[in-house]
Amino acid sequence: MAISALAGSRVRERRQSLGMRQAELARAAGISGSYLNLIEHNRRRVGGEVLDRLARALGVEPRAIAEGAGAARVDDLRAAAADAPPDLPGGVRPEIDRAEEFLGRFPGWAELLAAQHGRARELERAVGALVDRLGQDPHLSAALHEVLSAAASVRSTAAILAEGEEIEPVWRARFHANLQADSERLSAGAEALVAYLDASEGAEAPAAAAPQEEMERWLSRRGWHLVELEPGGAGRAALEAEVAGLASGAARALARGLVAEGAADVAAMPAAMVAASGGDPLRLAALAGAGVVAAMRRIALAPGAAEGLVICDAAGALTLRKPLEGFVIPRAGSACALWPLFAALTRPGAPIQARGEMPGPVPRRYDLRACAEARHPEGFGGPELRLAGMLILPAPDEAPGALRLGSTCRVCPRDACPARREPSVMSEFALAAQQARRAIGF
Amino acid sequence: MGLDEALPGADRHVLLVEDEPHIAEAIRFILMRDGWRVSVHAEGGDAVERIRDAAPDLLILDLMLPGLSGLDILAAVRRDAALTALPVIMLTARGQARDREAAARAGANRFVTKPFSNAEILALVRELVPA
Repeated sequence: MAISALAGSRVRERRQSLGMRQAELARAAGISGSYLNLIEHNRRRVGGEVLDRLARALGVEPRAIAEGAGAARVDDLRAAAADAPPDLPGGVRPEIDRAEEFLGRFPGWAELLAAQHGRARELERAVGALVDRLGQDPHLSAALHEVLSAAASVRSTAAILAEGEEIEPVWRARFHANLQADSERLSAGAEALVAYLDASEGAEAPAAAAPQEEMERWLSRRGWHLVELEPGGAGRAALEAEVAGLASGAARALARGLVAEGAADVAAMPAAMVAASGGDPLRLAALAGAGVVAAMRRIALAPGAAEGLVICDAAGALTLRKPLEGFVIPRAGSACALWPLFAALTRPGAPIQARGEMPGPVPRRYDLRACAEARHPEGFGGPELRLAGMLILPAPDEAPGALRLGSTCRVCPRDACPARREPSVMSEFALAAQQARRAIGF
Repeated sequence: MGLDEALPGADRHVLLVEDEPHIAEAIRFILMRDGWRVSVHAEGGDAVERIRDAAPDLLILDLMLPGLSGLDILAAVRRDAALTALPVIMLTARGQARDREAAARAGANRFVTKPFSNAEILALVRELVPA
């Protein structure tokens, strides 16, 4: 197990949260108080038996101390730094290479920064969606055009009549008639516009921001399973009642689709069959006569399932993102092109099994199983639709031969990556500097 | 209303391509009262031919037209050697910056957003076709 530079900080934080004195913990772990003091100030590396004893005394898993639960949060902080405006006062830049240290020393501020950055990204997406909508929604565009045209006519005609200059009776009569017709048209157009915007506000506007995120937040709150669909569960109706409470129409539609797929998955692949497959989606698909992506979904969304899951369409858009600690799945933009998921997409039916390593001060390894399927819902003359899925499981740190993967180029430190699309804010150099500081016990 | 060559318009020709009849009527009235000879065309599809045939002194062109958009018509006008110098005022109900930029790129001399004031239109026409 790789040990993070801030393992000592986590020991201190946990001890303080339990209200323990340093001497008490040192005694419980069988080490001297001065040695614990050095550990807690990250002046001594902690590992092996001492780590186990400290973790036991603190009532946590050794891994939680060694690696912390903050790898994803560190990525969030790096993403926030990447989006920093170029003209910060004083010409300063965020110390990207010290994100982990910042998180360790000021967890509250780090949480606030990450949350604010997440909120800013959500708002930017919402603004972008609304701007797109103003430009592209044909109903809104037509309604605005109607209202503005009528207003232009009313304003121009009324100005002519109000000027007081002599107007020939035939023109005056024509303008009066035009004014009457346009004011009625303006009134009707304004009412239609208000009705359209009112309906949108209640149903579709929030969906324009990020319906998939809303749906996934709902799934996350549920622990990423749909236990109601299992035999003896409350049933699909109970889930659908819950789905009805989602804010946006688009998120509700996505969630309903997932519930329908989940119900079909449970019916086709009962829990006993999942157990008999040993968690192998290809075996499960063969046992059930189902598609491999459905089998992956069944495995990953089963109650208590440890697997992470990503599903993408032929354009590479991630349509379902069940995260796994340390395997950071981008919420916006494109994922790492080296994920086996995308290799699978090019070869439907061919299983791809790989071990991948995600970067960071504490690199983590994962076993990845990806496979794609092709469908032709409109027969020979229709288009081919492809769907790929990738199950993600933690792998031993010592496992050799791992693919060097990332989350997304913007926050990936692998400068020399052949698949790089854009420069990263987190260079290998910064990572090396971080590791060097750790090596000298700083 | 009769035409008077002593007025600022001096019987010079303004072609208005606008599919909203009441707006066209109002603009026609205020320009005619100022001495301009105004003809109106309501279709985008054959507007370029009409402009070539009429050879006006100034073109007022709506952006959203049936058949062919005002931007496409303007692009065709600017490609025509005989019309490259024709002063053009673009008229639109969509006052977004990108429309303004697109109109400027396509070669519009001025851009007016609906609802506009009659005085604004009149001033622009007088400015672009000076006596």
